[in-house]
Amino acid sequence: MELIANGLLEAARRVVTLDPDLVDAAAATLVVSGVATALAILTGVPLGAWLGRARFPGRDLFLSLVNTGMGLPPVVVGLFVAVLVWRSGPLGQLDWYCTREAMVVAQYILAAPTVIGLTAVAIQSVDPMLPIQLAALGASSRQVLAILVRETRLLLLTAAMAGLGAVISEIGASLMVGCNIKGDTRILTTAIALDTSKGEFGSAFALAFVLLLIVFAVNALTTWAQQRQATS
Amino acid sequence: MRSAAAALLGIILAACAAAPASAPSTSAVARTDVLLATTTSFQDSGLLDVLVVDFQKRTPFRIRASAVGTGAALAIGARGDADVVFVHAPEQELQFMAEGNGERRIFVMHNDFVLVGPPDDPARVKGRNALDALREIARVRAPFISRGDNSGTDFFEKALWRRAGVQPAGTWYVEAATGMGQTLTIASEKRAYTLSDRGTFLARRSQTQLGILVERDPPLINVYHVITVNPAKFPRVNSAGANAFADYLVSPQTQQLIGAFGVATYGQQLFVPDAGKDEGEAR
Repeated sequence: MELIANGLLEAARRVVTLDPDLVDAAAATLVVSGVATALAILTGVPLGAWLGRARFPGRDLFLSLVNTGMGLPPVVVGLFVAVLVWRSGPLGQLDWYCTREAMVVAQYILAAPTVIGLTAVAIQSVDPMLPIQLAALGASSRQVLAILVRETRLLLLTAAMAGLGAVISEIGASLMVGCNIKGDTRILTTAIALDTSKGEFGSAFALAFVLLLIVFAVNALTTWAQQRQATS
Repeated sequence: MRSAAAALLGIILAACAAAPASAPSTSAVARTDVLLATTTSFQDSGLLDVLVVDFQKRTPFRIRASAVGTGAALAIGARGDADVVFVHAPEQELQFMAEGNGERRIFVMHNDFVLVGPPDDPARVKGRNALDALREIARVRAPFISRGDNSGTDFFEKALWRRAGVQPAGTWYVEAATGMGQTLTIASEKRAYTLSDRGTFLARRSQTQLGILVERDPPLINVYHVITVNPAKFPRVNSAGANAFADYLVSPQTQQLIGAFGVATYGQQLFVPDAGKDEGEAR
């Protein structure tokens, strides 16, 4: 009990005084997961939108693969990316082992399938008559897609937030390719694991609290988007 | 497709370069970056962070440290994926050198292992020497938690069992496959014995129900070496950076820093600096 009480007290002190290690880890988490999610949205929304509308042989198989990608085990992705970016690996020239770049790549691979899959579902949820009517009114297929994206923007926000949610709490891949370097690649999750193994529970609690806060904000935004969609 | 991939790489690079972190690590500064593969105990004790910060203040180099355990660190070095390794498993290190993977191997410091266990000591090992204590634990089949993760500590523990002439196996011998801190927690919860480096144990003592039962026995001395990866075998290594870090570790100021580390926090010295000494002198 004393351990928990002291831990919580220490955690509160670190949060209130904006402990520099805590701020560094929180900033690194937001930068790495933010960039990875942004890239996943930039590439995943167009691909998902196309996938939602297109009809081609093997589409079901492709969608199944994307859905499988939503459940990719982070340690498997970590192993795969680590082997790629080691100097002896095919991307060795980049010298990305133990860098934020490698973490972004790993988290991108984890986030992109979620964004692609949920975007495809969102686009498909639109009344199938709408694109036909738009085309009849003379819209080009690119314009049709743009209107569909605008119509489903709240669902797409959900897709984006789900992508962020897939990576922000992730630890396996980030630890394996980022190496948990203090002030650089040490993010909230890897810092929690390290502090727990060092027995510094106060610091671990503080980091956990901030991570929970971020996850809560992401989910609150998602819920808000879904509820607005439901009532509009 | 190729240009799209190139654009993606560009965005990642730009985003990370613009990151507000203290010092972004991009490939453009690769030659000032030194990749260090090392042991988890070096990181868990806190000494790694202290030395890295000090080294970066004194030299133009930046350390990228991967704390993975001695077995993994040597494997990474043997592929040329690191510039310098800092480890504690002399047998494996000599093999690493024999295979031509290392250039310089320098004795830096030592600490010692302690055999810890429940204070009521069910196997009655307190006061025995280390090898007798292990034989007794095996004889009465008292629970023993092994790291089981190919770390330096794991290699060390396995070598001790060999020297004791015991093949540890059975339900009493548990391979945790986790770091030192976690292993101590498990030993405490399971009322089991385990082997720990002194530094990690002192750091965790207040959170566990474990006491030191065997210590200060010559077979328990744990020696650390720094090895620069051989640039003749792996031309891509940052040899200048690796040598700068190796020289830094054995410089008088650093040796003083190592000797003083932990005294303020734990009331005792955790590591004994050994630069210039022969490995045998530590024992």
